[in-house]
Amino acid sequence: MTYIDQTTEEPVVRAVSPPSSQIGPVAWVRKNLFSSIPNTLLTLVALFLLWKLIPPLLDWLLFSATFSGSGPEACKATTGACWTLVGVKHRFMLFGFYTYEEQWRPAIATIVLLALICGSGYPRFWGKPLALAWLIGLPLFCVLMWGGVLGMPMVETDKWGGLPLTVVLAAVGIVVSFPFGVVLALGRRSTLPAIRTVSTLYIELIRGVPLISVLFMASVMFPLFLPEGVTINKLLRAQVGIILFTAAYQAETVRGGLQALPKGQYEAADALGLSYWQKTLLIVLPQSLKLVIPSLVNQFISTFKDTSLVLIIGLYDFLTTSRTAVADPAWQPFYVEAYAFAAIVYFAFCFSMSRYSQFLERRLGAQGRR
Amino acid sequence: MTNTAAAAPATSNEPIISFEEVNKWYGQFHALRNINLAIAHGEKVVLLGPSGSGKSTLIRCINRLEEHQAGRIIVDGTELKGDVKAIERIRRDVGMVFQSFNLFPHLTILDNLTLAPRWVKKMPKREAEELAMMYLERVRIPEQALKYPAQLSGGQQQRVAIARSLCMKPKIMLFDEPTSALDPEMVKEVLDVMIELANEGMTMMCVTHEMSFARAVADRAIFMAEGSIVEVDTPHELFSNPKNERTKQFLGQILGH
Repeated sequence: MTYIDQTTEEPVVRAVSPPSSQIGPVAWVRKNLFSSIPNTLLTLVALFLLWKLIPPLLDWLLFSATFSGSGPEACKATTGACWTLVGVKHRFMLFGFYTYEEQWRPAIATIVLLALICGSGYPRFWGKPLALAWLIGLPLFCVLMWGGVLGMPMVETDKWGGLPLTVVLAAVGIVVSFPFGVVLALGRRSTLPAIRTVSTLYIELIRGVPLISVLFMASVMFPLFLPEGVTINKLLRAQVGIILFTAAYQAETVRGGLQALPKGQYEAADALGLSYWQKTLLIVLPQSLKLVIPSLVNQFISTFKDTSLVLIIGLYDFLTTSRTAVADPAWQPFYVEAYAFAAIVYFAFCFSMSRYSQFLERRLGAQGRR
Repeated sequence: MTNTAAAAPATSNEPIISFEEVNKWYGQFHALRNINLAIAHGEKVVLLGPSGSGKSTLIRCINRLEEHQAGRIIVDGTELKGDVKAIERIRRDVGMVFQSFNLFPHLTILDNLTLAPRWVKKMPKREAEELAMMYLERVRIPEQALKYPAQLSGGQQQRVAIARSLCMKPKIMLFDEPTSALDPEMVKEVLDVMIELANEGMTMMCVTHEMSFARAVADRAIFMAEGSIVEVDTPHELFSNPKNERTKQFLGQILGH
């Protein structure tokens, strides 16, 4: 009885739906994967490659991997990854040579800094409370990292390393170089020849050399010009090098946005009697920066990864500490795991930035368009 | 009505805008040739002429969106020279409406209107918003105040642009082909606002080919060609009884004779 009821009902349901050849998973597969002979071939090749790649990769990463143990001997028999390495060495990978007993401090400091950065990302939070949060958070970060007060032993910057170092170099690099880059971009478009020439020279000179040489100059050559007895912290020099370098690239990205803005916007602002800075801050930058969000974030991601080059002047960023963790001969066979771990962490950061960029574009793009 | 100076409701004998032997070049191209022109307080002038004749350039020189290279332009007693502060002061008193509206797309209609009063005149936010709403009422779109420009029709956008200029309480309004970018059915709503404004005694210079508008409000019509002022007369005389050959030819073309 039930069976007959269902079959009699079915034509009624079908009558109100589009033809089954147009909807449903089968139609989707036909339309997107097998619409033509070349498309079908490509689908088959892709499926074959996935079948060849994914199972062994998952097997190495997870199914045959070793997660427990306290030393390299735990992984003797395994055919998969030896995550024991991360279990045993993660403190060194994350914090480098920072005093072992005090490593809770960089951990909290990094979380504070990341929380501030994430909070600043939401347009909803933009305003006075956020400025206040930075005014508290940034000194808190410094106090935790350096110590020397409140019973926390002092930890010099040459002991800083690992993820906190990478995050601080990238975050300060991005945050400080950005306004500097905007000023350079405006300078390059200035009507005053002196400002234009200086900006152009700066951008072209810095863009013309690799970051490694900028860092090398900051670290090796710059101290030669200082009077005797005066030293500037190595970390600070690297940080300044990264800022100066990144700013030149940011400037060209921002300039692209300035040029893409219709001339009428400049004229309307002029005609209303706005001053140069009012025009720039209220009309020009809000629109042109929005236009270049994808390239700006691209540059941010690049800067984040470029911080690994501070290795050249003897700073232990996260990639270097990960690599150094397998310097021990017993662990050396597992260097792939060290790099894989570093790659996963880098990916998490960079992918977050990329997703954030898309969020911001949607959020700001919602205005002014229907 | 043939005497144009008498037609203008003069509040002062000094002209509010005067051009003396003004010349301008774009590279080698001679854009304005020996322009001499005086506009009285409250006078309404329309400029017409073929494209490239210099009419837009002429009115854009008044608020120095374009720079002239020879001669003198005096606006409300101040000569336009390199002085940035003087130029900003003149721009406060000279409103401009563009062919392509040029509203700020990242700001709401209300913010478009309050921007200049708040930042240039340092008016408190609330006062600026009341002023803005008053002008939005006058151009008959107060209900659009919280929308963004892209959500409005072309005619509505141009009316917002007029209101935005009026919020600065200008002494002079410049219109650079205000209806040329509009769909035909939207031209009237913009012209109606402009006619109202003219009837209130605003000094206006308008680049337009809208004959009906010119006849309704203009004290003088100026015909330009190749950077020179060719003929100046009342709109009625200029349209129905042009003296110059080029004027005749041009009017013949746009009237479709």
